[in-house]
Amino acid sequence: MMNLVNDTVKAIPPSGIRKFFDIAAEMENIISLGVGEPDFDTPWHIREEGIYSLEKGKTFYTSNAGMLELREEICKYLKRKFDLTYQVNEVLVTVGGSEGIDLTLRAMIEPGDEVLIPEPCFVSYKPCTILAGAKPITIPLKEENEFKLTAEEIETYVTEKTKIIFLPFPNNPTGATMSKEELEKIAEVIIKHDLFVISDEIYAELTYEKKHCSIASLPGMMERTLIINGFSKAYSMTGWRMGFAVGPEELIRAMTKIHQYAIMCTPTTSQYAAIEALRNGDTDVEEMRKAYNGRRRVVVNGFREMGLSCFEPLGAFYVFPSIQGLNMTSEEFCTKLLYEQGVAVVPGTAFGDCGEGFIRVSYAYSIEELKVALERIAVFVDSIKDAKQKD
Amino acid sequence: MRQKILELLEQNSKMTVDDIAIMLQCPKDEIEKEIKEMEKEKIICGYHTLINWDKTDKDVVTALIEVRVTPQRGQGFDKIAERIYRFREVKAVYLMSGGFDLTVIIEGKTMKEVALFVAEKLSTLDSVLSTATHFVLKKYKDYGMILEEDKKDERMVVSP
Repeated sequence: MMNLVNDTVKAIPPSGIRKFFDIAAEMENIISLGVGEPDFDTPWHIREEGIYSLEKGKTFYTSNAGMLELREEICKYLKRKFDLTYQVNEVLVTVGGSEGIDLTLRAMIEPGDEVLIPEPCFVSYKPCTILAGAKPITIPLKEENEFKLTAEEIETYVTEKTKIIFLPFPNNPTGATMSKEELEKIAEVIIKHDLFVISDEIYAELTYEKKHCSIASLPGMMERTLIINGFSKAYSMTGWRMGFAVGPEELIRAMTKIHQYAIMCTPTTSQYAAIEALRNGDTDVEEMRKAYNGRRRVVVNGFREMGLSCFEPLGAFYVFPSIQGLNMTSEEFCTKLLYEQGVAVVPGTAFGDCGEGFIRVSYAYSIEELKVALERIAVFVDSIKDAKQKD
Repeated sequence: MRQKILELLEQNSKMTVDDIAIMLQCPKDEIEKEIKEMEKEKIICGYHTLINWDKTDKDVVTALIEVRVTPQRGQGFDKIAERIYRFREVKAVYLMSGGFDLTVIIEGKTMKEVALFVAEKLSTLDSVLSTATHFVLKKYKDYGMILEEDKKDERMVVSP
């Protein structure tokens, strides 16, 4: 009997999230602060448009790169929101941001290439890099830098084999963002070493103090950046599987080629809904962003009152407090918290080894649930501190 | 700042000043002061609870009445509106554009009670020309809240 699974796939470790999901899914009455998707329903007018397109029988394939109308709206959106000027032939509509990441790597990587991945980060980057045949090089980011990427860190890990660097900001799991000035500093190093940037900007609409700045808007960067963005987080459309990649025309054409053979096109219903979202969804996005902002402050305040150090995240909907000083690993903390208080949070190690000593808490929940959860976590943290004192 | 406080309180009038202070990153006493002033200025007119009486034993019937009036000389519609809204049974009075002048919302225990109120107390007022009574049979959504919905969190418990 032959090997059913190749060695590369066998070698990819199982997701740290999966393990937690399996435990948490078995328990009842838990408050889970472990989700990576918005709690809001997709705004009704967007759902309505999707439903209407089904009623009208729009159930056939669209063009591979995505409906022209949708790509035009994406270009308008990028100009309106982030002052980025792209043409329709520089846009590919993908099945979520996830497919965009996968396609970019598969289109670009040659054997032996290295990819710089700042961690803690989204769970997909490393596995997709490996599957594309490249070598992932981790850049462990630091809490003292508020988990931002610095030019020095890039210099430390870059080699002449480095081809691509991931830039995931606003960040999952830390909630960190990078300002224009901070991006300018790393843009210098990126240009100096002739690197290509995959800028994962899926949380771009969810920033709380300053508007999001894309590295592609900086001089000399547009031709060496592929922006990943989408509808999942901004418009609460996670299940619709709609994202887009924008970048240099030659690369987008190559990605479209792979996409055409592997996927054909993204769901037609979702595309119609996405057009409506881009045209008329700005108010909804702003309302959701305001709601997240209020919750963010309540959660950060809650953790600081418990005595856990927590830097203020300015993007996404996660808080990344530190549990160092409680003498437990992240996994131990999360498992005990789950069993003792029925609150699920995700250990920072699920997002990279340098996530040890941290937990990811999502605030994509109502204020009421968040407050109950914070109370329970506070009780738990106190019990740990008491136990420590007795030792 | 005032608008932000109002937007929060409109969603949830039970929100504590502490929470508002954290969410707006503003000192607690400043928030308290603003709220007190807005109450004085009648920007905040009251704090109500949205109740679905259909789910309780209490009988409540709501009616929407279209009222046409002859406005009083020198006083316009305000005087007649005041005569109507002073009644305890009247929950709302709005001056309208279009085919009639005032929308009057009345609550009573039964349809008969409401109809009698309209016939005896409302139609008989001097300036009232005519009334058209419509009874509310079912409330789907009120004050921005969907009344029937059972909101369950259907997301996967943990996701990346």
